[in-house]
Amino acid sequence: MNAALIYQVFFGALLACCSLCIYRISSGPTAPDRTVAIDIMGIVMVGFCAILSIVTGKDFYINIAIAWALLSFIGTLALAKFLEGRGFDE
Amino acid sequence: MRKMVLFIISFITWMLLTYQRETCLELQGVVVGLFAALLTALIFGETFAEEPRKLFDIRRYFWFLVYLPVFFYWCLLANFDVVYRVFHPSMPINPGIVKVKTSIKSKSGLAALCNSITLTPGTLTVDLTDDGYIYIHWINVESQDIEEASRIIIRKFEKILTRIFE
Amino acid sequence: MSDTIGLILITIGIFFELAGCIGLVRLPDIYNRLQAATKCVTMGTCLILAGCVVLKGICSPIALKAIICAVFILLTSPTAAHALARGAHLYGVKLWDKSVCDMYEKDKK
Repeated sequence: MNAALIYQVFFGALLACCSLCIYRISSGPTAPDRTVAIDIMGIVMVGFCAILSIVTGKDFYINIAIAWALLSFIGTLALAKFLEGRGFDE
Repeated sequence: MRKMVLFIISFITWMLLTYQRETCLELQGVVVGLFAALLTALIFGETFAEEPRKLFDIRRYFWFLVYLPVFFYWCLLANFDVVYRVFHPSMPINPGIVKVKTSIKSKSGLAALCNSITLTPGTLTVDLTDDGYIYIHWINVESQDIEEASRIIIRKFEKILTRIFE
Repeated sequence: MSDTIGLILITIGIFFELAGCIGLVRLPDIYNRLQAATKCVTMGTCLILAGCVVLKGICSPIALKAIICAVFILLTSPTAAHALARGAHLYGVKLWDKSVCDMYEKDKK
């Protein structure tokens, strides 16, 4: 019972991290700010999946975490390359 | 040669990724893993390592083991630095982009140096040129001189990284 | 005993992640945000994965995959930050008003 309470606190803190990132995505003044926030939220979700795999005891959440880390990296690289060639919004 | 090394590395990674406690060494999984590792080695073998003979030098692995605790020490220090700057009410930052010079030539060494710089206190790699200059965004600029900034930022890694990668 | 150590590691990691995200909101321009967020979130996620390894024991499948995941994140996250900083500078984002110097802008001309 005590352990379950600790894990609930962990999930609440990680959701607070995600909401801060979403605030930055919605209000970032330029396009690179939004891209940074998307990248950071991807890495936070990797930690979320790792804790989820401990709580439920199932293996496949950590597979989701690995795939999410790699896909987030590739997406960020593509967006950065796109930013070098100037601009999608504004 | 380098294809052989890449084949072994990717096969070990495959076995770690598909490890289950009950079906540790099942024939089907091993055959599929061998096939996937062979495909990886044949496609990406040419671009893997510049000089494969460096991979068989034991001293480089020893210096790598020396490098790991140094790296994690600076990494933890960087985290406490960021925590101090973020939670301080007046945000003591003084940012700017400075230029430093490095003597490391090999590509993997430069990549390791840039990643280390990004994870250490207050610095972030922005770009690097062909003749060995690195542009660094520094959150608290102490010196704009090239020699002085190089001494402060990268000397602590450069000695060990030279022994690993050169 | 190992449960306590694992939970303490995960708690420290989540504290670092919170600090990184607050820095993402509070700091003034994109390069400072990138610094705070990349350092803190990378190290925080690695500490969470290390906590998973301690909680589950080194030989279980979750622990081995968590080690691989930590290595991937340590390799890829600084590279993504580097690419984003270069992309933002070439996109035309200026530094903060109170910045000291910008040698990259000076050398580009």
